[in-house]
Amino acid sequence: MNPMNYVYLSALLFSIGASGVLLRRNAIVVFMCIELMLNATNLAFVTFARMQGNLDGQVIAFFVMVVAAAEVVVGLAIIVTIFRTRRSASVDGANLLKY
Amino acid sequence: MTTSDAGGVLSLGWLLIAAPLFGAAVLLLGGRRTDKWGHLLGTAMPALSFVVALVQFIALLGRDAEDRAVSSRLYSWIEVGGLKVDVGLLLDPLSMCFVLLVTFVGTLIHIYSIGYMEDDRDRRRFFGYLNLFVAAMLLLVLANSYLVLYVGWEGVGLASYLLIGFWSFNSSYAAAAKKAFIANRVGDFGLSIAIMIMFVQFGGVSFDEVFGAADGASEGVLTAIGLMLLLAACGKSAQFPLQSWLGDAMAGPTPVSALIHAATMVTAGVYLVVRSAPIFNGAPDAQLVVVIVGAITLVFGAIIGCAKDDIKKALAASTMSQIGYMMLAAGLGPVGYVFAIFHLLTHGFFKAGLFLGAGSVMHGFNDQVNMRRFGGISTVMKITWVTFGLGWLAIIGVPPFSGFWSKDKIIESAFEGSGWQPWVFGLTALVGAGITAFYMTRLFFMTFHGERRWTDEVHPHESSLIMTVPLMVLAVGSALLGLVLGPTGWIQDWLAPVVGEPAEESSVLSVAVITTVALLLVAAGVALAYAMYLRQRVPVTAPVGSVLTRAARQDLYQDTVNEALLMRPGQYLTRSLVYVDNRGIDGAVNGLAALVGGTSGRLRRLQTGFVRSYALSMFAGAALVVGAMLLVRL
Amino acid sequence: MTTSGQLLAAATDTGTGEAVTFWLLGPIAVLAALGVLFSKKAVHSALLLAATMLCLAVLYLAQDAPFLGVVQVVVYTGAVMMLFLFVLMLVGVDSADSLVETLRGQRIAALVAAVGFGGLLVSGLGDAVVTNKGLKQANADGNVVGLADLIFSRYVFAFEVTSALLITAAMGAMVLAHRERHEEKVTQRDLSIQRFRGGQHPAPLPGPGVYARHNAVDTPALLPDGSPAEVSLSRVLIALRVPGAITPPTGEVVRTEDDGA
Repeated sequence: MNPMNYVYLSALLFSIGASGVLLRRNAIVVFMCIELMLNATNLAFVTFARMQGNLDGQVIAFFVMVVAAAEVVVGLAIIVTIFRTRRSASVDGANLLKY
Repeated sequence: MTTSDAGGVLSLGWLLIAAPLFGAAVLLLGGRRTDKWGHLLGTAMPALSFVVALVQFIALLGRDAEDRAVSSRLYSWIEVGGLKVDVGLLLDPLSMCFVLLVTFVGTLIHIYSIGYMEDDRDRRRFFGYLNLFVAAMLLLVLANSYLVLYVGWEGVGLASYLLIGFWSFNSSYAAAAKKAFIANRVGDFGLSIAIMIMFVQFGGVSFDEVFGAADGASEGVLTAIGLMLLLAACGKSAQFPLQSWLGDAMAGPTPVSALIHAATMVTAGVYLVVRSAPIFNGAPDAQLVVVIVGAITLVFGAIIGCAKDDIKKALAASTMSQIGYMMLAAGLGPVGYVFAIFHLLTHGFFKAGLFLGAGSVMHGFNDQVNMRRFGGISTVMKITWVTFGLGWLAIIGVPPFSGFWSKDKIIESAFEGSGWQPWVFGLTALVGAGITAFYMTRLFFMTFHGERRWTDEVHPHESSLIMTVPLMVLAVGSALLGLVLGPTGWIQDWLAPVVGEPAEESSVLSVAVITTVALLLVAAGVALAYAMYLRQRVPVTAPVGSVLTRAARQDLYQDTVNEALLMRPGQYLTRSLVYVDNRGIDGAVNGLAALVGGTSGRLRRLQTGFVRSYALSMFAGAALVVGAMLLVRL
Repeated sequence: MTTSGQLLAAATDTGTGEAVTFWLLGPIAVLAALGVLFSKKAVHSALLLAATMLCLAVLYLAQDAPFLGVVQVVVYTGAVMMLFLFVLMLVGVDSADSLVETLRGQRIAALVAAVGFGGLLVSGLGDAVVTNKGLKQANADGNVVGLADLIFSRYVFAFEVTSALLITAAMGAMVLAHRERHEEKVTQRDLSIQRFRGGQHPAPLPGPGVYARHNAVDTPALLPDGSPAEVSLSRVLIALRVPGAITPPTGEVVRTEDDGA
């Protein structure tokens, strides 16, 4: 089996995650789709590490995980704060910057 | 004749123009401060010019006949590419005639105006404009190139506009000034075209260059130039078809009518034609057109003059007719040039005298002009009556007064030649003379004789000395000038070097016959006027009159024709252009602006405020970037 | 298939075990991801995402990345996803997205963009030069040692910066979650006063079935006068009103032998 299949899988998961960001209205679900995208890129990095024969891809994937964790922390804190004032977690609520 | 350079007193040509120009500058720029003595300065300047002109005239008389053209170059004006124009002056017999006429009659009218405009608070400005006119007219006649002549041409047009509309608070006077200027403009257009043709064909516009090249030029070119110069002359001299402004120009103060619209400016057209003799001599077709125009105007003015009750408008119609005579003579070629100028000189004296006399009458009648309200003042205003009478006798052509000598000569010249032309033009001139006698006598009798038809609040009185002395001087000129210049042959000898000797032609009628018939017609005209206006009572309100009378009162419908032919199509054209500008050009520009505005209005809807649509555009952008990278690699 | 193609195929062959793992877990991951996308309830999305992550962890393991596979399970699935679930509970677990799309054309545009992007990626990847060197050599001293070698030598600066980032994120979360106290802290005495002033039941409510024969959650407690206390039952059970769900209590008091005398 061609290791490129992993990369195709990664592309597919990335596309699904991206469409989820565009389509879901619940802020937390949007965030989860972003996590899905990050995971897809992680898979691609690990595959590239394996394909190249060095561990750089894995190191990068590791850093991605760390940063994703930090990002989740802050992002969820923001969502909670917004929820406290607005009583709603819909991303469509913040629409004042319009024409 | 050869042109020599100026020396001695003949080099003072510039002073002739500079003096009145200086006067105009001081009076117009000085403003109210110069009110006290403005009129005196304004009168002194043309007087100074007259003295200098007289000295120069005497100097020229002292020279041989062939040696009387003196040219002085003042400075280089235009040097662009192939066009080189110097500002220079040409003193020769023709220009000296005009200079003397303008300065002498001009000075007399200035003196008259001191009295006539005494009660007007803008008298100083009036003198400023008059001086401006004199300066421009002198530049016109003294110029040695067509382009400098054009400067003077425009200057007199400007002065005429300013003076006709002098009482600009009256909107009809201001409209009359505009009308005069616009009609003149059409003529100026002709002069510009003529100058352009001269430059293209001959390479220069000075008299020397043009007349030198006219010998070898084709008849077509000369005819074109001649017709364009004729157009210019028609505009300035109120000839058909540009004659409609002269009647309305009587809205200006009477000294203006006397100076500009009788003696000098309106004769500038005749000067132009006579000065351009070498061009017209080479274009017989243009000459024929000139004669026809003169003949038509002659009759036109005469018919109108018969029906006018306004004394100034009647005199204006008379001016139009007399200049028609001059044009007719000028169009006849070398045989008529001298007599055109001769009649111009005599006409300058008696017409100015008639106008100033009319002004004196108006002064006594509180500025009324309706002749039906005059009558019987020959005993009240004696000096005016005598001087006016002398002018009347001169204009109708009674010997031995000046009009007889000059007008008769024109009629004789009209009968010279062969074919149909002598008959048509000669007879026209004869008939015109008869009608002239009729309407001028009508004017004279209605104003000075018959029963007194004035209203109670009017107290006619003789004018003051300062107004009557110029009248007297002009009357002497009207009486004697023709006698001095004509039968002695002096004027022919004086002008022959400039305009050329006429070829010997036979006349279809003998001189004796012509003179007799002319005198008979004059007598008939006087008798008819006597019967209608002295023997019968003159009604105070104008009777309805015949079709011709009504048409003549409406200036033979000249305004109607002008409006229908020119004004309305012009207005229509401008209106459609405005429409095109508003809809088309503004529409395009505004449409472009609306397009931009509309597009931006549509585009701003992209800013929905929703995070998801922004995310969509980002994602689509990312897809495009990837696509572009792939495309590059393919 | 040409010889070079065969060689190429052979050189990049991964081995059957891995192939089986991939073809088993790959579709599961994709289906779970689609479930994340399409679930009505947010909790379902969270759990399906956790499933995806677990599949990915196994795939990491299959690709000679054991450290990452374990970290994926422990940190990502275990910590991050659970964090998501906690926040979901806070925000409202029963808040469901309505399926009606409020933005016009967003669905179609998103579909087109996603399909297009995916297609472009796949077609771009199709031209890639494929190698399969494998990590035998890199993992010679063990995967963890190899990673540590890289992290603390070549990527040490990124490591330091990332740790600073983590600290900053933690502080940021604290700042964001902090609620400024606007009124005085309510003491226990104040709470007690409030409770009694309200006129409500001051004591904790009885649990279900406490004074009855049964202590099932669906058996109501008995009040001192013997009547059943509806208030001791869960609201959910009352709301459901499933027939037979509420066992009526008996009115008798249970007596035992060593009672009386």
